[in-house]
Amino acid sequence: MAEKLLEVKNLCVSFKTRKGVVRAVNNLSFSINHGEVLGIVGESGSGKSVSMSAVMGLIKDENAEITGEVFFNGEDLLKKSDEELRAIRGKDIAMVFQDPMTALTPVYTIGWHIREQLQLHSDISDKDAKARAIELLEEVGIPDPEKRVDQYPHEFSGGMRQRAIIAMALSLNPKLLIADEPTTALDVTIQAQILDLLERLRKTYNSSIIIITHDMGVVSELSSEVLVMYAGRMVERSTKSSLFANPQHPYTKGLMNSVPRVDRARTSRLETISGQPASLLNLPSGCAFRNRCPSAHAACTEQPTFISDSNGYGAACFLLTEGVRS
Amino acid sequence: MSQEILRVNNVSRIYETSGGSFGRKNKVSALDGVSFNLVHGETLGIVGESGCGKSTLGRIISRLDTPTSGEIIYKGNDIAKKSLSAMRPLRKEIQFIFQDPYASLNPRRQIGAIIEEPMRIHGMGKDERRARAHELLEKVGLDKNSYEKYPHEFSGGQRQRVVIARALTLKPELIIADEPVSALDVSIQAQVLNLFKELQDEMKLTYIFVAHDLGVVRHISDRIAVMYLGKIVELGSVEEIYNNPQHPYTKALLSANPRIDQSAKSTRQILTGDIPSPLNRPSGCSFHTRCPIAVPECSTREPELRRIGAVDVACNLVV
Repeated sequence: MAEKLLEVKNLCVSFKTRKGVVRAVNNLSFSINHGEVLGIVGESGSGKSVSMSAVMGLIKDENAEITGEVFFNGEDLLKKSDEELRAIRGKDIAMVFQDPMTALTPVYTIGWHIREQLQLHSDISDKDAKARAIELLEEVGIPDPEKRVDQYPHEFSGGMRQRAIIAMALSLNPKLLIADEPTTALDVTIQAQILDLLERLRKTYNSSIIIITHDMGVVSELSSEVLVMYAGRMVERSTKSSLFANPQHPYTKGLMNSVPRVDRARTSRLETISGQPASLLNLPSGCAFRNRCPSAHAACTEQPTFISDSNGYGAACFLLTEGVRS
Repeated sequence: MSQEILRVNNVSRIYETSGGSFGRKNKVSALDGVSFNLVHGETLGIVGESGCGKSTLGRIISRLDTPTSGEIIYKGNDIAKKSLSAMRPLRKEIQFIFQDPYASLNPRRQIGAIIEEPMRIHGMGKDERRARAHELLEKVGLDKNSYEKYPHEFSGGQRQRVVIARALTLKPELIIADEPVSALDVSIQAQVLNLFKELQDEMKLTYIFVAHDLGVVRHISDRIAVMYLGKIVELGSVEEIYNNPQHPYTKALLSANPRIDQSAKSTRQILTGDIPSPLNRPSGCSFHTRCPIAVPECSTREPELRRIGAVDVACNLVV
């Protein structure tokens, strides 16, 4: 078995608010190997972005409480100081955010952004850094990189900005790239280009990628492994092929059936998950999904444990422990 | 054949921007010679990427905006140049639903007042308004006691239901919905799409459904118009467009759509380059800069939308 690059153990993130404690992430445990692509899927408030911000040490809120362990190359990131983390962020772990419009500083050129990243982590002259920036821009498919490197973010289109950000993220060959909804703000044809680019880069650099998304299609295009979250908990973890062929958790099943799919026959009605997504302030006792679940029964008032095999694949649902009931 | 409710004839919209230097104005052609018709009770889906003019088209048909030229024949009358006051009686019949249910509801007013507002404007009595508001809340699947609540007490999906209830108050015939489910989570999106369909069956509504999500549009529509840079490039039934697309842009758009089933991945075709700015539209066929099958002629000759087989296509090369 390949060596684990990132291992998250019992990660919990909660925020104290005026209305009570919000448990944004509950007992999240997973790991990712070198060269793997893990997709994290879930709806708003499922904890997918918060958990990754916690992994990166980006949650600075004094009302936040983070517990658990996050091992990256064998070291616990949660125990590191800001300074130590800064040396890792950008270099070993890079992040790409959803909105390419706000991730760049409008008053500096694209080249400056990439140079800044390079010079922060390595001793490299302005001239060499610029040359490397041009190289990177070319690699992510920006036409005319010698000219583009001196342009400002507003002169780039949305897709090109996202490419520039990916170029920044890749500038130091990170071992892990965390992409939080990297294509959500983009048009379909541009999204296809970016997904293709990420796939190509993974192959070239053997980087691991964690991609956070709400779009089942995007997960399916890119990832080999999938983790489904609901109301701050991991409800299912599987390989892509078995997840799509044979989802275990009722939430995963419901989620897949509610997507109107281009590759399937048209139906007059979509299957839906009834009710509203759970509010983190007011979660039902036991399984958070039980008041929307078609197979909920008496046992569900207790919290189901995550039943997994030796690979960590499995789901958190009583239906699995009790055998097939539905 | 069913009765025609709307005919859009050669509609264009040019916006002037103040962007040019020395007071010169730039012209943005947001819509360029768009024509189609709509029969009673059908759903026309309009798809396309940013800047293709799909939202402008929706706004122009509902006369939230005025076309620069062309005709909009609604039930036999041209409404393209009607004044605001002349449009007012028609607003009952043509309703608009926006994308963002958070921005469409006044946060300081109760849901009941929000739903009753259109009826108040059109002079309905208090008791009648109240009764209708309650009836509609039930129809869109909201609790009766929602009447006294405020928008912040609702989730996105519930708010979109309120917006739909408000649009239905005056018994409209044509509803133009601009990305009505794109701000919603997948599980809620399915609920709202089902609601749209139920209401259509029950109230014989006609929809123009603007969206960028190809799965959503396919699910809800009877016919689809595919737009690129202000023009319709292909128009036809859902089956034809999705199973047998003719225009190279339609083909590329469909193949770019991420698929859950990866077995068909080999057919993936990725367009190069970005969508050109409407400020600086390519000459000839505006798709020629990204088109995989373009020939030199395409940069000079602008294709007309013409009937080929079962669909209308605007491409010089499709025969």
